[in-house]
Amino acid sequence: MELKNAMAGTLESGDILIQIAPSDVDGLHIELDSTVAYQFGEQIKKVITNTLQELGINKANVKATDKGALDCTIKARVTAAAVRSTGVDVWA
Amino acid sequence: MFVPGNNPGMMADAYIYGPDSIMLDLEDSVTMAEKDTARLLVYNALKTIDYGDTEMVVRINPLNTPYGKKDIEAVVKAGVDVIRMPKTETAEEVIEVEREIEKVEKELGCVGRTQIMAAIESALGVVNAYAIATASKRMMGIALGAEDYSANLKTQRTPEGSELLLARETIVVAARAAGIDALDTVYSNLNDMETFRNEVEAIKKLGFDGKSIINPRQIEVVNEVFAPKEKDIQKSLTILAAIKEAEKKGSGVIAVNGKMVDRPVVLRAQRTIDLAIASGILTKEDLQ
Repeated sequence: MELKNAMAGTLESGDILIQIAPSDVDGLHIELDSTVAYQFGEQIKKVITNTLQELGINKANVKATDKGALDCTIKARVTAAAVRSTGVDVWA
Repeated sequence: MFVPGNNPGMMADAYIYGPDSIMLDLEDSVTMAEKDTARLLVYNALKTIDYGDTEMVVRINPLNTPYGKKDIEAVVKAGVDVIRMPKTETAEEVIEVEREIEKVEKELGCVGRTQIMAAIESALGVVNAYAIATASKRMMGIALGAEDYSANLKTQRTPEGSELLLARETIVVAARAAGIDALDTVYSNLNDMETFRNEVEAIKKLGFDGKSIINPRQIEVVNEVFAPKEKDIQKSLTILAAIKEAEKKGSGVIAVNGKMVDRPVVLRAQRTIDLAIASGILTKEDLQ
């Protein structure tokens, strides 16, 4: 799937900023900056990976700056960034 | 309680303060550039966060914008209780929203699940209040949106609210005639709790079922004003017990403490008890 640079989210408490960029290498390359990375880093990366794979994105560079977002917020922000990146909406 | 649909922190915390209803907003509090992300935030929050018994409402964008249909699809799929239509002016607008809701519900196999609340925010909306209130079986309430309404009237809001009186009375009468709820507008000056309290007392007297709020600090005042007083609760319990007893004996009209008790008195007593339960003063078990 063709990607362009896109982002969604904010740096406010309880939110996460997701930046998606095209990659030359296969796979999802996630760079995570989070105040809770030690406890929840793996879980956050898992939510990002699953959300992108469900949308058919398997090759991208992702930068995530987390400010304590819940899983549902991470999913929403990743989906929004992906939709902006691909131009393919999730709604009919 | 209004909560901006683009603020995940507030959306996660809102229910902690115990409002009866949380209204996630996709309309005025979200900029056009963030409509897509707010819709996804609201969708995922509704699907995931346990809001308990709190009634969940989403204010969508109007159908004549590029966002309205997608908002309906998202929130119906997320299982929202009520869709709030902004700036409603005609019954046809309600029917159009109902049609969109039904399309999504048919796909999901849950036709009839989503209710509609219409915000009336213009002179035309007030003139058509009863038609709007009865436009669909899904209608659960009509609400006044005073900021837009005042602007449309070419006036401005005042502390005593005389500019809103006709709209408020019309909305209460239309809601009562339709058998649905009447909900009052927000009061946005958080530093003036005295005027806020006066306004809540005034709209309660007019017959409103509740007031929209913008901050958890306002919840306590609304609950205090709407909660029935102990004296009224006891009087209502006595009336309801007496009428129950009279029904058993087959007599129609009764007297309590020397005053005749007829149907309107019983209805008022029942409403007092319903409010006491809603305010947490009584439990259903107390009535057994």
